[in-house]
Amino acid sequence: MAGKDFWKRHENLYFAVSNKKVILGVTVFLAIVALAIFGPMVTPYDYEEFAGRGYQPPSKEHWFGTTIMGRDVFTQVVFGLRSTLLVGFLAGTIASAIGLVVGFVSGFFSGKAPDEGLMALTNIFMVIPSLTLLIILSAYLPYRGIATQAIIVAATAWPWTARAVRSQTLSLKSQEFVNLSRISAAPTFRIIREDIAANMFSYVFMVYILQFNGTILSSVGLEFLGLGPTRGISLGLVLQNAVNWNALHLGMWWWTIIPGLILTLMIVSLYFINTGLDEVFNPRLREM
Amino acid sequence: MAADVILDVQELRAYYRILKGDVKAVDGVTFQVRRGEILGIAGESGCGKSTLAHTLMLRKPPLTHISGKAVFLGQDIMAMGKETFRKRRLQDISIIPQYALDALSPTKTIGTFFADLVREHGLPADSAFFERVRERLRFVNLDPEVLDKYPIELSGGMKQRVIMVISTILNPALVIADEITSALDVSSQRFAASLLVELRDKGIIGSAIFITHDLAILYQIADRLLIMYGGHVVETGPVETIVHGPRHPYTQALLSSLPKVGVQIKDQRLEGIKGTPPELLNIGPGCRFRARCPYRTQRCEETPATENISPEHSIACWNYRDIGGEQVG
Amino acid sequence: MGRYLTRKLIIYIITFLFAVTLNWAVPRFAPGDPIKMLLSRFEVMEGGKDILESFFVKTFGLDRSPLQQYVGFWRSLFAGDLGVSISQYPKSVFNIIRGAIIYDFIILLPAIILSWIIGNKLGAFSGVNKKADNFLMPVFYFLTSSPYFWFALVISYVFGIVLGLFPTSHAYSATMRPGWTLAFIWDFFLHWFMPFLSLFLVQLGGWAIGMRNMIIYETNTNYAKYMESLGATERLIRNYGFRNGILPQVTGLAISLGTIVSGAVLTQMVFSYPGLGYLMVQAIKQNDYFLIQGCFLFLIIMVLLANFVIDIIYMFIDPRVRHSYSGEV
Repeated sequence: MAGKDFWKRHENLYFAVSNKKVILGVTVFLAIVALAIFGPMVTPYDYEEFAGRGYQPPSKEHWFGTTIMGRDVFTQVVFGLRSTLLVGFLAGTIASAIGLVVGFVSGFFSGKAPDEGLMALTNIFMVIPSLTLLIILSAYLPYRGIATQAIIVAATAWPWTARAVRSQTLSLKSQEFVNLSRISAAPTFRIIREDIAANMFSYVFMVYILQFNGTILSSVGLEFLGLGPTRGISLGLVLQNAVNWNALHLGMWWWTIIPGLILTLMIVSLYFINTGLDEVFNPRLREM
Repeated sequence: MAADVILDVQELRAYYRILKGDVKAVDGVTFQVRRGEILGIAGESGCGKSTLAHTLMLRKPPLTHISGKAVFLGQDIMAMGKETFRKRRLQDISIIPQYALDALSPTKTIGTFFADLVREHGLPADSAFFERVRERLRFVNLDPEVLDKYPIELSGGMKQRVIMVISTILNPALVIADEITSALDVSSQRFAASLLVELRDKGIIGSAIFITHDLAILYQIADRLLIMYGGHVVETGPVETIVHGPRHPYTQALLSSLPKVGVQIKDQRLEGIKGTPPELLNIGPGCRFRARCPYRTQRCEETPATENISPEHSIACWNYRDIGGEQVG
Repeated sequence: MGRYLTRKLIIYIITFLFAVTLNWAVPRFAPGDPIKMLLSRFEVMEGGKDILESFFVKTFGLDRSPLQQYVGFWRSLFAGDLGVSISQYPKSVFNIIRGAIIYDFIILLPAIILSWIIGNKLGAFSGVNKKADNFLMPVFYFLTSSPYFWFALVISYVFGIVLGLFPTSHAYSATMRPGWTLAFIWDFFLHWFMPFLSLFLVQLGGWAIGMRNMIIYETNTNYAKYMESLGATERLIRNYGFRNGILPQVTGLAISLGTIVSGAVLTQMVFSYPGLGYLMVQAIKQNDYFLIQGCFLFLIIMVLLANFVIDIIYMFIDPRVRHSYSGEV
């Protein structure tokens, strides 16, 4: 190992892994992802199975209790987490990809036709309440798989990334070192790759995290309304079932509070990572 | 301390404390500013002149005062309490910043800013005050109706002049002009520099420290000159002495690297100074110019002490006696 | 200024066109031919044949070309004819929506306005007070990360069930007769409180975080530095910072409206609060396509109008928009 030298060269990386917020956020996030990956392997039940007596609070046999029909809540949560995370991840990636391209092209050609057109398109999609649009789209599709779900969610989520990427591109474009490359007649593609893209990486990464948060929330919202993937279980669906069976009125807090809490904690952890990374990449905010 | 010295800086040290160590940007700086004089502080980028201005006016982490005094009007401002010094700002000591173009908040009119600022010092923003403001604005060729405008409505040159009026509105005893001409075109430079001289001549401001890398301007307006290199003061003296008879190798190199009017490249090539300024992070003792100095000796590994060539002319170089003077330009 | 508004107006008009077209097109081209299904359902209802004649022929008449149907759709839109609801047959969609829309306003308007104002104040406070910040930031994050419906469930559980303070569904008790009586108003308020509270708290987190970051940014700008150099107190600098920081918060409000309205839909579901969101979801469950389309349309119109109002307000508070001639800030 190069030891101290390595850290000196990759100073940013050092700050990134030693930032308290990042550490906390990554820990919680990974814990929840682990839940999604390993949970289904660990649980002895199946999520559809009637695993025991209904209406049971958390216990040794049923860590998160059981539903009113006797299904194991823990099993439902970990399987549902898988589905929800997958949709959120896919949708977030697609949305970020679209937003990246749109935002970058827009910012690079700012002031000219491509920018005006793309920005108009972005503004239009931004104004429409996304969930409402999603509801309309989802409602008319009789069969929805995870991929379809992800595409639909991505279709309304990309404008946000596009806008952020565009403004960052604009600010980078006007900086001196880019102009220097231009004066030196470096090929356009090289300018893009070396000057602009290299500096955008950290920014894009943070934007991706925020995008992921957004798509997860959108997906869960859809699932809660019964418009999630038509087969299988998802986190939102678990909560919808709970509401349909009046879980809260029956005092079954474990059925509603716990699944949502896990999701909220995951999103909070991602925000923590984001804020921490912000401190790393913007040294002014560092607590020294 | 002589009766007419308003600022007496002694062995001032201010470092940027970062994770990797200390960037010793101002390292043992000693000088004085006399009543009514314009002291020019010159040096290339990174020599510490702007850091010096910040050390005196406003230190923000990671810039830390390490040691040394700066006695201003009888009190050491380095040791002064925060609130005490705050009251002195603008009234007794002021700064015209480098970044005039975005020194104004975009959502407040110029007039509002004037009023708010002066009230911070317990003074009324009444009609008498604004009468004075308008007078000063006219003095710099600005229409007083600029008071009702927002920064977005002003051109760069207008903003520069507004800033100069704001910074001097309470007739401070000392004004630090920090690279105020660096971003301007030549005629605006001349205007800003001569304005400063006029303000001093008319008694609106007491003294000024003019920080720049541009020796030509300093020759026009400064009374005395202080040359900085790598966080150290290398030579101080009356402007005529320094410009026409520099003794420090760096000052000599600096002056001879200036283009001379009328001389063409076929007659004499323009020469820069070979090498680059030293890295100030965790820098050790010794003369900071020694890597680029043609007269370097073993002794230069030890930080030069400041000696007086004459009562008005001081230098920090072990070997200046052997170098001799150079009649320049 | 004019250019700024015109540009925004054009965007909104295009958005409206797009939304309406989408509204019209989706059921037509969705798999499973929902229209045929709809037709057959209406046919068996009493008086359904007449409905077929009036609305259907205009928009869904299968013997007409798509273009004619599209134009017909617009015509009926302007006539205020949005069709008839199947699930609440024979009520017209327009009337149903008219009755429901008030419930949206009554929880959304106070929630948005109050959370924005209080959120910004809290954020500013957090931005300058490190101790408070360490405690408050996680709280804000938690609030803004909560899915709207889950948070509504938590509120419902804690205040409605455990503490038993508020009823957990509908706008007013079934036994109450609507009217301006004290008893009714109190009952209405009790039903209103939790949906309002959950919307209010989730949004609060977002605004607080935004303003907190803006304050930190604004207090590190050049103008803040200049003000501090001239002796301004921290308080004044914060005020200036707040005034500048509020601008992106206003734009942010416009951008967030879509999300907030979506959140309101989910919240209404949890509390069975009969606003447009609740109506729309019920309509989906019953395949009541006219009602779905009507709700969607109205939601879009509300959001577009709100956006436009915010754009106008923004114009008045940001001098750069008024005085520069570019459309985009």
